[in-house]
Amino acid sequence: MSSTLAPGRLVDQFERGLDAPICLTWELTYACNLACVHCLSSSGRRDPDELSTAEAMAVIDELQRMQVFYVNIGGGEPTIRPDFWDLLDYSVEHSVGVKFSTNGHKITPARAERLAATDYLDVQISLDGATAEVNDAVRGPGTYATALRAMENLAEAGMRDFKMSVVCTRHNIGQLDEFKAIADRYGAQLRLTRLRPSGRGADTWDELHPLPAQQRQLYDWLVANGDQVLTGDSFFHLSAYGEALPGLNLCGAGRVVCLIDPVGDVYACPFAIHDRFKAGNVRSPGGFPHVWRESELFLELREPQSGGACTSCSAYDSCRGGCMAAKFFTGLPLDAPDPECVKGHGETALAALAADAHKPRSSVDHSKPVSVPVTLGARPGRPDKACEEDPLHGLVVSP
Amino acid sequence: MSEVPQVTDPQTDEAKAGDGADEDAIEELLVEEVSIDGMCGVY
Amino acid sequence: MLDEAWRLDDAVSLRPEPFGALAYHFGTRKLSFLKVPPLVDVVTGLADAATVADALVGAGIDEAQWPSFVKALRTLADSGMIVPRTPIETPA
Repeated sequence: MSSTLAPGRLVDQFERGLDAPICLTWELTYACNLACVHCLSSSGRRDPDELSTAEAMAVIDELQRMQVFYVNIGGGEPTIRPDFWDLLDYSVEHSVGVKFSTNGHKITPARAERLAATDYLDVQISLDGATAEVNDAVRGPGTYATALRAMENLAEAGMRDFKMSVVCTRHNIGQLDEFKAIADRYGAQLRLTRLRPSGRGADTWDELHPLPAQQRQLYDWLVANGDQVLTGDSFFHLSAYGEALPGLNLCGAGRVVCLIDPVGDVYACPFAIHDRFKAGNVRSPGGFPHVWRESELFLELREPQSGGACTSCSAYDSCRGGCMAAKFFTGLPLDAPDPECVKGHGETALAALAADAHKPRSSVDHSKPVSVPVTLGARPGRPDKACEEDPLHGLVVSP
Repeated sequence: MSEVPQVTDPQTDEAKAGDGADEDAIEELLVEEVSIDGMCGVY
Repeated sequence: MLDEAWRLDDAVSLRPEPFGALAYHFGTRKLSFLKVPPLVDVVTGLADAATVADALVGAGIDEAQWPSFVKALRTLADSGMIVPRTPIETPA
């Protein structure tokens, strides 16, 4: 009789949090050469208070001591930082694995060779359309070409299984097979992730977020292709359709993951860059370990969560009430259903909000100023050069 | 009336692949594997 | 397996947690959860134990529970988290 062994369910253990994150996202800079319309971190301009190289290395030392297994380095565009390549090396030399997320504009053949030769290093290329028409409408002119060129260079250099990461939108859910084909062509692993109404994503959410029928389409495709495709567990709310998708199937924010931003602020997750979800700053006494282990916000998140409005729903055990950030930035209370609840409870909750209901906006906004309206439609014309840094270059002004 | 569904932990299903159909396996499984990309909140 | 000598693979980072431990293999990028502390004791004791059986004894595991632990060790072996010790590595 195994009465002294009580393994329990993983999801119950992890909702109570861990002594250290399993992995975390670290945005190295808010600077970016692009101006994607759905940018979760509202990136564009460098923050003058960015962590210095020495401060960044001190964070890596802390992550090593905590035995954080790997860090997802992003931004903005992390390769814009001159010390980026040094920080990569420093991290892998100190037993913290790295995956970095990039739009690809600095992944030259030479860089690709170097990356392919580095252990404990993974690369993730962002692509949001299987065609330039769909992709560039969201990410900007020439970005499709840039991404494919980067993948070509990585493949040529012998890098296998790097990630090609897609944010699923209304306009690209019909291209899932094509995305798989592109990833296969370059020996990359396809990653499909959920769009959240975070950062600039809040402004384009109504136009970009998948329609209910498309969520079903996506879920069916993931079930059929699941073992070949990563999702970052970002679709756990779709588990309410039936068979759970691979992954922990729970909100990891403040429990198994978090975000360190370019100025050292620690947030529960990269989709929750808002004071409400700020736990502390790595520059404070005790650094990151102290924030992770002792901050009021994270301790609160690790308390048993009630299901709120979802408690009596038969799907709650699978979907866990969905995404905290999705609720927050659409103006829903955190104990409401997910705005994209597959049973439609989110739509009901949204409809019940007052017409003038307040939708939280983050004060953290490093977007480059845009003084002309941006269209989401296709931009005809010749692609611009890949390294174009002016977000207004080639912009089509809507009439 | 609220239901209390018996939902099988999905990780248990994955870890069980290849094992015999042991009815005690769910309680006794001491190791589970998850993809390093299996936690939400990492883009 | 009980008569064999095993150890944690060099590329594995084993991190204790309140519920047991996390084990991450830097080469395969697989992540395993050791869901109970006694299993962690067994795994960390493998390298210094002549055999798996000795490791189980050393960790104080009741013989009635050995099948569950061996099953767990096989899972860890299948994913490369633990590897057989070569004769040179086996303690005298």
